[in-house]
Amino acid sequence: MSCVGVNNVGLIAMSGLVAATGDGVSVAHYLVVGAILFTAGIVCMAVKRNALGVLMGIELVLNGANVNFVAFASPYLRGQGAASLGIDGQVIALFVILLAAAEAAVALAITLSFYNNHATVDVDRADDLKG
Amino acid sequence: MTGSESMTGLSGCLLLAAINFHTLLFYLFATLACGFAVGVVLADNVVRMALYLVLSLGATAGLFFLAGAEFVGAMQLMIYVGGTLVLLVFGVMLTAQAPFVSLQTSSGDRALAGIVAASLLALLLQAAVSVEVWRRPGLGEVAPPAATPIGTALVGLRVDEPPPASPSGVRSGYLLPFEIVSVHLLVVLVGAAYLARAKRRKTPRAIEVAASAGSVELAVEPRRRTGGATSALTAGGAR
Repeated sequence: MSCVGVNNVGLIAMSGLVAATGDGVSVAHYLVVGAILFTAGIVCMAVKRNALGVLMGIELVLNGANVNFVAFASPYLRGQGAASLGIDGQVIALFVILLAAAEAAVALAITLSFYNNHATVDVDRADDLKG
Repeated sequence: MTGSESMTGLSGCLLLAAINFHTLLFYLFATLACGFAVGVVLADNVVRMALYLVLSLGATAGLFFLAGAEFVGAMQLMIYVGGTLVLLVFGVMLTAQAPFVSLQTSSGDRALAGIVAASLLALLLQAAVSVEVWRRPGLGEVAPPAATPIGTALVGLRVDEPPPASPSGVRSGYLLPFEIVSVHLLVVLVGAAYLARAKRRKTPRAIEVAASAGSVELAVEPRRRTGGATSALTAGGAR
């Protein structure tokens, strides 16, 4: 009897999943994910005092933008009567990934140089150029 | 086996087939990506932040696969997770703070950042759901693999759609941006190697002075250790 009860609970959970995933994913779902990633990155850039934390915030922002590009380029997510970026969006996303890698390399080199000169990575201490 | 059990098993199989696994996986990866992104913001330990960033970027690669952009997803895994994060972790290790200094943000700044984040998020979410055509569920059209069209488009040849019937009749590819990006990458990497090179100096660096000045001074004035870098430099020179 208990086995049947467990099965019934499983059935109820499964019908809940069916109801929750009934509609397909739309572009707006991806845009919401991109917005959350973007906001997390902005806050990370603004709040962190560690220079590497600021770098990670930049990566998150670029990644959120990439999610939007891929969503608008996706043939799978294209709704009825909607336009699609086609392959352009994916190529732009690739360029963004490459430029993010280049930016991370330079920013890390600057961070290392700053650490060698100041023995810290606290961005609040980088005030040598303050007028 | 009783009749009710077999009925339960049968309807279970039917329900299992009715679950939209694409949507289910989307919610899984979206939750992981957003949750670990928030974890990057909330974590104070920089190593933990790097780990959360890896997981968030990996979950985003899963989202790319689900959207049908398998080439971009693979590049995300290889370049971001495999390259950038290795770079970041090396940066974390090379700039390791003496015994686990964690740079705390003041609570006032945290509250202000929370308010700004909530406003920005409300604005972006409103913009994301405001357009009706973006909210229509996807038709699920399956496209051929995108690696070949992307590769040919990068060298200037578009094979993904027929050329338009406009008078020019030309669809340009991405040869020029591709060249610009590649030269940019070369210059950037040379510049990064130049910036991060080991420099030979006449005077010892502040970090070496701080190390040789002994732990007594550090224990007395941990906050002003580098603020007085010039005085430490002169002291080191006199020594």
